[in-house]
Amino acid sequence: MFSYTFHWRAAFQALPQMLAGAVVTLEIAVLSMIIGIVCGIFLALASGSHSKILRGAAAVWIETARNTPALLQIYMAYFGLGSLGIHINSFAALLAGIAFNNAGYLAETFRGGLRGVPETQARAARSLGMTAPQAFRIIVLPQMMRIVFYPLTNQMVWAVLMTSLGVIVGLDNDLTGVTQNLNVLTFRTFEFFTIAAGFYYVIAKIITLSARALGWRLFRY
Amino acid sequence: MFSTSMSWHDLGFVLQGAGVTLAVTFWAILLGTVLGMLFGLIRAVSPWWIAAPLGVVLDVPRSVPLLIQLVIINSFKSIIGVNASPFVVSCVVLGIYASAYCSEIVRGGILAVPTTTRRAARSLGMTYWQDLKEIVFPMALRVMLPSWIGLTLGVMKDTALVLWIGIIELLRASQIIVTRIQEPLFVLTVAGLIYFAMSFPIARLGAWLEKRWQEND
Repeated sequence: MFSYTFHWRAAFQALPQMLAGAVVTLEIAVLSMIIGIVCGIFLALASGSHSKILRGAAAVWIETARNTPALLQIYMAYFGLGSLGIHINSFAALLAGIAFNNAGYLAETFRGGLRGVPETQARAARSLGMTAPQAFRIIVLPQMMRIVFYPLTNQMVWAVLMTSLGVIVGLDNDLTGVTQNLNVLTFRTFEFFTIAAGFYYVIAKIITLSARALGWRLFRY
Repeated sequence: MFSTSMSWHDLGFVLQGAGVTLAVTFWAILLGTVLGMLFGLIRAVSPWWIAAPLGVVLDVPRSVPLLIQLVIINSFKSIIGVNASPFVVSCVVLGIYASAYCSEIVRGGILAVPTTTRRAARSLGMTYWQDLKEIVFPMALRVMLPSWIGLTLGVMKDTALVLWIGIIELLRASQIIVTRIQEPLFVLTVAGLIYFAMSFPIARLGAWLEKRWQEND
C-alpha cells in the first residue's frame, strides 16, 4: 500500500530553524494582538458614541473585518496598498491584515464587555470627581477586562493560526514560511508540515493553559 | 481614476470563482454538520472515558492552522495513493475542521437543556431516546442555530485558503484578473464586496435570530 518512505531524520534536523520561525510567528501574533486590542477598544467606544460619523466608520471597519476572509484583508494590505503607492513588505502586510481582522472581532467582544459593566459604575466614578477618561481607565476598563479575558485568549490563538497565511504573500521567516522553504528544498512535504502542525498545536496549548492560569490568578474574588 | 480595464467577462470569471467558493462551503458544511452532530452527541451523553479523548482529538483541528491541515492532508492522500481531486481534499479537510467546531456547538446546545427538564420528560414515561428526540433536540436547536450560522460563515471565509492547493475560487480568480489587468485595489475590492454580499445578510439573520430567541427564554 505504501510506496513512500518517510524521512523523519531530515525533518528533525531542521527543528532549530523551525523553532526560530515559531518565535517570529509568536512575535507577529503578539504585535497584531496589541494593535488589535488598542484599535478594538477605540472601535467599541466609537460604535457606542453619539457622533454619526464615528459610528459609521467603526461599523465599516467592523463589518469589513468580520465579513471578508482574513486572507483578502492581507492581500489588500500587500497588493491593494501597493496601487496607492504604499509599498510594504510581506511582514508588515501580514501584521496589518491580522491586526485589522483582530480589531474588528475584538471590537464586538469589547462592545459586549462594555455592556456587561453597569453604567452606574461609571457614573459613581464621575461623581467621585474622576474625569471621563479616568473613570473609563480606572473603573470601567478593569471590569471589562474580566469579562473579555477568555474571548481575548481565543482571539490570540486565532492570531497565531492566522500568521500561517503570511506564506501566501511571500513571508519566509515565520513558522509556515520556514517550513515551506524546507519543503521546497527537500520535497518532504508531509514530514515538515506535520512537525509544523505540532509546533502550532503546542503554541496554541501554551497560550490557552497559561491564560487559564493567569485568569485564575488575576480574576478570583 | 475611475476607469477600469476589468471587463464583464472578467467579472463573470470572478463570479464563477464565487460559485466554487459556495460549492466548497456547501459540501464542507454538510460533512461538518453530520460529523459534528454525531461527535457532539457522543461528547454530551457518553461517559467521560469516551468523551474526554474525543474532545482532545477534536481540539487538534482547531489548534492547527487550516493551511497546514490542507497541505498535510493533500500530501498524505498522495502518500497512501488515493487519487482525490484538490476539490475533494478541500471539502474533506474543511469538513473535518467544521465538524470540530460543530461538535462543540452541539455539545453546548445539549448541555444547555436543564437536567430537570430531561428528568421531567423521563418521568412522563418517555424513553431515553424519546427524551433526546422530542425534548432535548428541539430545545438545543434554538441555542445551536445562531452559532451554526456563524460557523457556516466562518467556513465560507476560510475556503479562501484552498487556493494554496490549486483551486480557483473567488480570491484566486480575482488574483488571476489582477495579474492580467494590474489593478489590485479595484479587483480585490470587487472580490471583497462579493464576499461581503454572501456573508453579511446571513450574519444579520443569525444576529436577529439570536436576539429574538433570547427574548423568549
